[in-house]
Amino acid sequence: MTDVIVRVPAVLRPFAGGADELRVTAGTLGQVLEQLAARHPQLVPRVLTPDGRLRPYVNLFVDRTNARALQGLATVVPSGATVSILPAVAGG
Amino acid sequence: MSVPTPAHGAAPPDDVAPAEAYERVRAGVTLLDVRDAAEIAAGLPAHATHLPLCELERRIAAIVPDRARPVLLICASGRRSSQGAARLRALGYDQAASVAGGFQRWRTDGLPVARAPGVPDDLDVERYARQLTLPEVGLDGQRKLRDARVALIGAGGLGSPAALYLAAAGVGHLTLVDDDRVERSNLHRQVLHGDADTGRLKTDSGAARLEALNPSVQVTRVAERLTADSARAVLEHAHVVLDGADNFATRYAVSDACVELGIPDVHGSVFRFEGQVTVLWPSAPGGGPCYRCLYPEPPPPELAPSCGEAGVLGVVPGVIGMLQATETLKLLLGVGAPLVGRMLQYDALRGGFDEFDVPRDPGCPVCARVTRVMSNG
Repeated sequence: MTDVIVRVPAVLRPFAGGADELRVTAGTLGQVLEQLAARHPQLVPRVLTPDGRLRPYVNLFVDRTNARALQGLATVVPSGATVSILPAVAGG
Repeated sequence: MSVPTPAHGAAPPDDVAPAEAYERVRAGVTLLDVRDAAEIAAGLPAHATHLPLCELERRIAAIVPDRARPVLLICASGRRSSQGAARLRALGYDQAASVAGGFQRWRTDGLPVARAPGVPDDLDVERYARQLTLPEVGLDGQRKLRDARVALIGAGGLGSPAALYLAAAGVGHLTLVDDDRVERSNLHRQVLHGDADTGRLKTDSGAARLEALNPSVQVTRVAERLTADSARAVLEHAHVVLDGADNFATRYAVSDACVELGIPDVHGSVFRFEGQVTVLWPSAPGGGPCYRCLYPEPPPPELAPSCGEAGVLGVVPGVIGMLQATETLKLLLGVGAPLVGRMLQYDALRGGFDEFDVPRDPGCPVCARVTRVMSNG
């Protein structure tokens, strides 16, 4: 278990109590999301499908690497890592 | 600074008005343009000889061997030529005089201007002087920009700054694609349009602004919303597409068409204080994702509010649109490292950029199929 910073994008902040950054202690990306779900029940359903897969309009990055290119939710999160949630936005 | 006394004690000649100088030059008097090489790119007085001030003493004897002959000097406004004339008089050129008001007044007075030696006649070298001096641009690069065709999807928050800077840089052919009309609530960020343009088609108002900024740019107006059916036909002549659309349907249509055409889609999008920019170009050397690799499906409407619904700080699309314009110029010039396979995320409130690796999805239903067909020839 390590300390991880989670960056919350503006579009999801209403579901995270307005926070732009959250700190959790977790070993994998899946555990990061479990921690978030415990604190902000409305947030994680916007990131994961009901059966626990990453939604197709959201990317999760562990530092600069896309979790889809790693082991998905099983990706081990190193200590001090930043997890960034990046949903698609279309504003122009 | 002190002016040297004429060698023979006579009063120095008065400054000469440009029209009088031109008459004397036509009668055989030597006129020296003492400006720097970069300054004469836009032309120099007819019949003038270029002799930069810093080379005056070293080269004057080769150009005017007889010190008794009259010599006229001209610079931009008259100051440097005045100093130059004094320096020549100190060398014994008693008849050295400065042209009052310099080249600025020469031109205002409508006197003839000649092309500087070595300057091409197919480029407006004065307009682009500050980027022509960059080795990464130069005359060849400027010609690439002049011959380039860029399609801008949306003449709104992202398209406005991008179009202005691409036109200013001399990108020769811009296509504006937008079916909207200018509303007053657009004006805090859509700087291509002015207050008097309210109600006009954005393509009309944008084209007028761009042509006023740089008359050599050809602007094509497409006042329609791109669809999956129409995108390919509209974009097929573009070298680069700059996506500043305001909805997901258009963004997928643009990306899919760019994949098929094998051209880069310079993507930018904004939300409130944040923005994303990347170059989507699966057929690039080294590859990169298309929009569907990045986001296979659009979000539901409640997670995808528009700028109108969610609000946006006007400068944020300015920052992102400018980054899109920068990437576009890099691609057209073939310089630097394009944002292929990388995404920049800007957070204005935090005051920072993050960079993320965005790989291609080998199972992408669009770009995996098309690039496989392309590579099979």
